[in-house]
Amino acid sequence: MSNINELYKRSIFDHNRNPRNFRAMEDASHSCDGYNPLCGDKVNVYVHLDSEVVDDVSFTGSGCAIFKASASFMTSAIKGKTQDQARETVTRFLGMVAGSSDPDPDDNSLGKLSIFQGVREFPSRVKCATLAWHALTCAMDKANGSPEESEPHKDVVSTE
Amino acid sequence: MRAMVKANEMKTITGQKVDFSKIRDQFPVLASTVRGKPLAYLDNAATTQKPWAVIDKMRDFDSREYATVRRGAYRFAEQATHEFEEVRAKVALFLKASSPEEIVFTSGATMGVNLVAGSWGRKFIGEGDEIILSHLEHHANILPWQMLAQEKGAVIKVIPVNDAGELDMEEYGRLLSSRTKLVAVNHVANSIGTINPVQTICQMAKAAGAVTLVDGAQAAPHMKIDVREIGCDFYVLSAHKMYGPSGLGVLYGRKEALERTPPFLTGGDMIERVTFEKSTFAKPPHRFEAGTPPVTQVIGLGAAIDFLSSVGMDHIEQQEKKLLDYATELVSRIETVNIIGAARDKAAIISFTLADAHPHDVATILDSEGVAVRAGHHCAQPTMDRFCVPATTRASFSFYNTFEEVERLAEGIKQATDLFRG
Repeated sequence: MSNINELYKRSIFDHNRNPRNFRAMEDASHSCDGYNPLCGDKVNVYVHLDSEVVDDVSFTGSGCAIFKASASFMTSAIKGKTQDQARETVTRFLGMVAGSSDPDPDDNSLGKLSIFQGVREFPSRVKCATLAWHALTCAMDKANGSPEESEPHKDVVSTE
Repeated sequence: MRAMVKANEMKTITGQKVDFSKIRDQFPVLASTVRGKPLAYLDNAATTQKPWAVIDKMRDFDSREYATVRRGAYRFAEQATHEFEEVRAKVALFLKASSPEEIVFTSGATMGVNLVAGSWGRKFIGEGDEIILSHLEHHANILPWQMLAQEKGAVIKVIPVNDAGELDMEEYGRLLSSRTKLVAVNHVANSIGTINPVQTICQMAKAAGAVTLVDGAQAAPHMKIDVREIGCDFYVLSAHKMYGPSGLGVLYGRKEALERTPPFLTGGDMIERVTFEKSTFAKPPHRFEAGTPPVTQVIGLGAAIDFLSSVGMDHIEQQEKKLLDYATELVSRIETVNIIGAARDKAAIISFTLADAHPHDVATILDSEGVAVRAGHHCAQPTMDRFCVPATTRASFSFYNTFEEVERLAEGIKQATDLFRG
């Protein structure tokens, strides 16, 4: 059970049962769907941008505990950050769960998000942890009018 | 653990005992450990492990006899061709086909369906024609037909399933009409284990003048198959689901059905005569085997069939029924479990959801205990939709599984329940 406790920390169960910011945002400035065809996890991430600041983030969707807790933690971590800071956090988070970058022990920028480090031991679950983060990036890309916005298929990010 | 040791033994027709624990010892992978725990491999519907007989045969062939088939004019190639064609005859016997000419080697069951849809279908299905599928199909027996229907303006009709996961045969009868050109169903549903009444389905289709294809990928390793008794025109299977190598499958086609089917993939070795203006093609089965076939894999399939025959399909069926009954008993006792699929005729597959935990979480917790199961939609999203679940956790058994492994599955599910209840 040692490994499994590394993955399923107590707070993951807490956020799975009571996800934070789990709601559709009526006045969202942008949103993006995410879908994992492998397991059927679905997410819709909403952002409200006030000039450069992501002043509200929320999500709806269904999926496993890792997905839901990750999305929930994400909304708390991103809310109030500037878009640049938010993107920086996304990059660090994705690097951490994929195992491509070891978090610097003196670097606390990921804070509570570091509980997802255990995911790297379960490669088949990495996509569960990253789905909402990709959808967040997609929503911010739309805000910046990146070329993808004009492509209808890019309205949904897929982990495959 | 009850009297399971006795249950592991079974008498053959000649009175010899089948000792399934000894049979298990012939599968080297099953002695592995995962995360420090002995591997309990319960993902047999996805792919099966290989016995030494298959591994050794392929290694021996590659190290002593390998050559190309059906083209070399030297002793080695002739011997390889002989062995290769012997396997074709062996497959024909295994499926009770009329002759080896009805056996086409493909890259898998998926390719078999694609071949029939892309070639027979493209020639004989037209605008307004109807194709009947079941609500229990694997995507591999939906998508080739959907692509064809879109291309030709044909219509797909679906046989509904009841809450137990059985096909609604009355509704099937109503769907059949003179417009029905093809009925394609699986023999055993990979997602929930239902064994479909393929013989009746094919009889009814035939009476309506429709051609039939049966996807036997999940049936061939677990029960006796008699394609003539079933009465289908086409039957497909995959070698890797029957203890053989991956990358190889079989398409059985009734002689007349194959003869009417144009070539699918074109290339070397499937021709009579080629010029830049016009070409003529070989007769079945070689018409459908363009390019160098997976020679060693075919030899491996031959060894797998010999292995299955030596154990006996009757014994395999009986042993897997016992495993299914025991697993159903233990798993259904867990309060939070909802088993999807309770067909009267059911293969050794248990698909389930838990009240508090997502199937992927359950699979990860089982994995941490060394129990390998599948979680997801099992390439059968319409079936998942029918039962209003995004995914299930699926344990699928083989005769080489033990009753102790069934108990470990049940224990793992209880653990997941406890963890997620918090």
